[in-house]
Amino acid sequence: MASLRTEGLVKRYGALLVTDHVSLDIRAGELHAVIGPNGAGKTTLINQLSGELPADEGRIVFGGLDISALPVHERARAGLLRSYQITSIFEEFSVAENAMLAALATKRHAWRFWTPMRDDAVAREAAEGAVLSAGLAAHSDVLAGELAYGQRRQLELAMVLAAQPKFLLLDEPMAGMSVQESAAVTELLRGLKGRYTILLVEHDMDAVFALADRISVLVYGSVMFTGTPDEIREHPEVRAVYLGDETV
Amino acid sequence: MSSRLTPTVLLPVLLLVAFAVVPFVATALEQPFWISFFARILIYAIAASALNLALGYGGLVSFGHALFMGLGSYAVALPAFHGIANGWVHLGLCVGACGLVAWGVGAISLRTSGMAFIMITLAFAQMGYFALVSLKQYGGDDGLPVAATSSFGGFDLGSTLPLYGTALVVLALLTWWMARLRVAPFGMALRGARQNARRINAIGLEARRLQLVAFVISGATCGVSGMLLANLNAFASPSSLAWTVSGELIVMVVLGGIGTVAGPMVGALVFLGLEEVLKGWTEHWMVIFGPLIVLMALVGRRGIVGLIALRPKAPRPATPVVASEGGV
Amino acid sequence: MSASLLFVQLLNGLQYGVLLFLLAAGLTLVFGIMSFVNLAHGSLYMVGAYAAALAYAASGSFALAVLAAMGAALAVGLLLEVAIVSRLYRRDHLDHVLATFGLVMFFNELVRLVWGPQPLFVQVPEVLAGTVQVFGFNYPSYRFAIIAVGLLVAIGSYWLINKTRVGMLIRAGAQNPQLVGALGVNIGLLNAMLFGVGAMLAGLAGAMAGPLLSVQSGMGEPVLITTLVVIVIGGIGSVNGALYAALIVGVVDTLGRVLLPLLMRQVAERSVADAAGPALASMLVYLLMALVLALRPQGLFPARRG
Repeated sequence: MASLRTEGLVKRYGALLVTDHVSLDIRAGELHAVIGPNGAGKTTLINQLSGELPADEGRIVFGGLDISALPVHERARAGLLRSYQITSIFEEFSVAENAMLAALATKRHAWRFWTPMRDDAVAREAAEGAVLSAGLAAHSDVLAGELAYGQRRQLELAMVLAAQPKFLLLDEPMAGMSVQESAAVTELLRGLKGRYTILLVEHDMDAVFALADRISVLVYGSVMFTGTPDEIREHPEVRAVYLGDETV
Repeated sequence: MSSRLTPTVLLPVLLLVAFAVVPFVATALEQPFWISFFARILIYAIAASALNLALGYGGLVSFGHALFMGLGSYAVALPAFHGIANGWVHLGLCVGACGLVAWGVGAISLRTSGMAFIMITLAFAQMGYFALVSLKQYGGDDGLPVAATSSFGGFDLGSTLPLYGTALVVLALLTWWMARLRVAPFGMALRGARQNARRINAIGLEARRLQLVAFVISGATCGVSGMLLANLNAFASPSSLAWTVSGELIVMVVLGGIGTVAGPMVGALVFLGLEEVLKGWTEHWMVIFGPLIVLMALVGRRGIVGLIALRPKAPRPATPVVASEGGV
Repeated sequence: MSASLLFVQLLNGLQYGVLLFLLAAGLTLVFGIMSFVNLAHGSLYMVGAYAAALAYAASGSFALAVLAAMGAALAVGLLLEVAIVSRLYRRDHLDHVLATFGLVMFFNELVRLVWGPQPLFVQVPEVLAGTVQVFGFNYPSYRFAIIAVGLLVAIGSYWLINKTRVGMLIRAGAQNPQLVGALGVNIGLLNAMLFGVGAMLAGLAGAMAGPLLSVQSGMGEPVLITTLVVIVIGGIGSVNGALYAALIVGVVDTLGRVLLPLLMRQVAERSVADAAGPALASMLVYLLMALVLALRPQGLFPARRG
């Protein structure tokens, strides 16, 4: 488990300040949620953390290491894994193969040209564990392209788990899910708490308040407030800007 | 590799056995022409298999693989011109030169996305063509006869039967390797990069490096087919680098079944076989073949092996969406 | 190397560049907006050259020949677009490559079938057979006319792209094709129009190139490949980029072929220079392309994507 800290992260698109001097401090082992209205810049922030988008200013420190200049694949190898809001899997491969590929990268390497991937015991073990945790054990040999939507989201999670990360960057894992599906994923994530450091970006408030140790509220690109779920619930500005008059 | 006798396993084995039988049948029927004709098919099957690694597994639409066939041919003709007939020298030069050129072309071309990649590989092959044409002392436009064919100890590729045997063995080994590679870590990662390069990077594998290595192996292997071709024809010509040859290789791969193990063999066989049949009717056979290729593109790209296997497939993007950065 | 020779070669480079631009303009738009890899663009150039050659031989009027070329290329282009190309827009680039490759092979063979493999001879029209005075130097009128026509087209296209509503749609389409469709523009009609205009320009280039180069089967592809280099250097989707890159490539190639062998003779032994000079000269534009790609993969003057 590793910590993640950003220092004054800035991203501009022309004159528009999409990420406004964001300084987050995510402690090792915690489940830290980032919430905020649409357009607040959550996806842009995640993309900068994962390395897909270079920041204009600021630093990102992962487990004490400055990863600001590292490309995506090297951050992943260092243990910073990310799941996507819009499912991004290998459609032609089975569930098991998807997970094994993910395990391969961080546990072993891909520079082998003869022995089948499925014969790699280390990768297979990690993959099977991940698929089981994600609740897809029964569909291990199904082609990813043939899975139902909710199962695809589960595979999305299985892939980051298979890589046995130190840090999970989860981008709206419950996007497009039914109430039951969301509840199932919430339980899944609850089981992961304490084993990994997790940064969770979500709209599903039930899940957020059930899972988060701390919550940061992102509005117009800057962090308006960071606190425990209770503190967030009571914070008048947050309620006004984001939660409205709803009591959660 | 699966031990079940599925069509995907049976087909390449049957074809190779059939190819092995050809010289005996041809000799018995007193039609020696068939041996060199099928030798040509074997050579193009090797080239198409090499391309299949980059194109079928990797999703890299290289319109310049004729460059490697041509370089492979000249890797025989040039040393032979200077009196070197040692097959090992030819082979070393072939693999080395093609690998190096593939590394250079690949490194530059992979800086761009699918569309530009196609154009750039085409341009590099053209560059090779012009470079060889302008080497007047080595025949230039007219090509260069092979003064001494590749000799491995007593075994000389200049005679048809040894060449045929060598080509068959190379094709068999290559096909076997491609079958294993397909499910080996490198092959799976490469095929993953074709389907979703962004995700490959996100799980810690570097898509671009995988593609570059695949391109280098593909180029070097394709060069071997050129070496065999030069020995078959006892001739190396810049026309083997013509862009049309690159296009024909792509057609063979797609026609046979892109990304499959038996596809390149089937594609080379059907393409060259059809060409031979049509040539018998008219010298302007391309007027018929051209529209057939267009039709093949319009109708969809399962290829012959894909149709035989008949397994419903998941939606398949043939070229990688993003090779480098994650995209926004 | 006299100043007069250098100047003439410079103008030749401009003339070559202008021809490349005529081809590149249509091609880069089709690439940039419809994302379609059209390898058959060289065939449209060939169609134009043949139509012009035949019309000129039949009528004696070069003006008529040029019009015939543009008309023929437009007709063939629109036919291809409607029947084949439009079905492939949503497909993979590989499908584009295969389909247009099949078309190129078909057209090359068709032309050989009907008119044979020998090149057609097209005479330079009488009225342009002399020379003009350019900055005190004599230069062939015909080549000068090509430069003039090309620059006119360049100005016209600049006006169209930057000053008209259609041009705005085109520029918008190059940056974000899906959005333009979603805005209610009849994207099918726009695509067909663009393809047609590109075809017409290719036909015009073919007609003008006729008296200078051989009109024969397969004439389109070497020029096409150089055009691809132009587009890559200029930036895919950018007509302005295509113009600048075309002129650069035209001048670099022409001057390179003249100067490089001379330069080689200065620095190397004669036999080496005579071998390496032409070889390097022929590779020059590709080396330029490789350099641009290494340093700026998006091209020198890219159309910015949103």
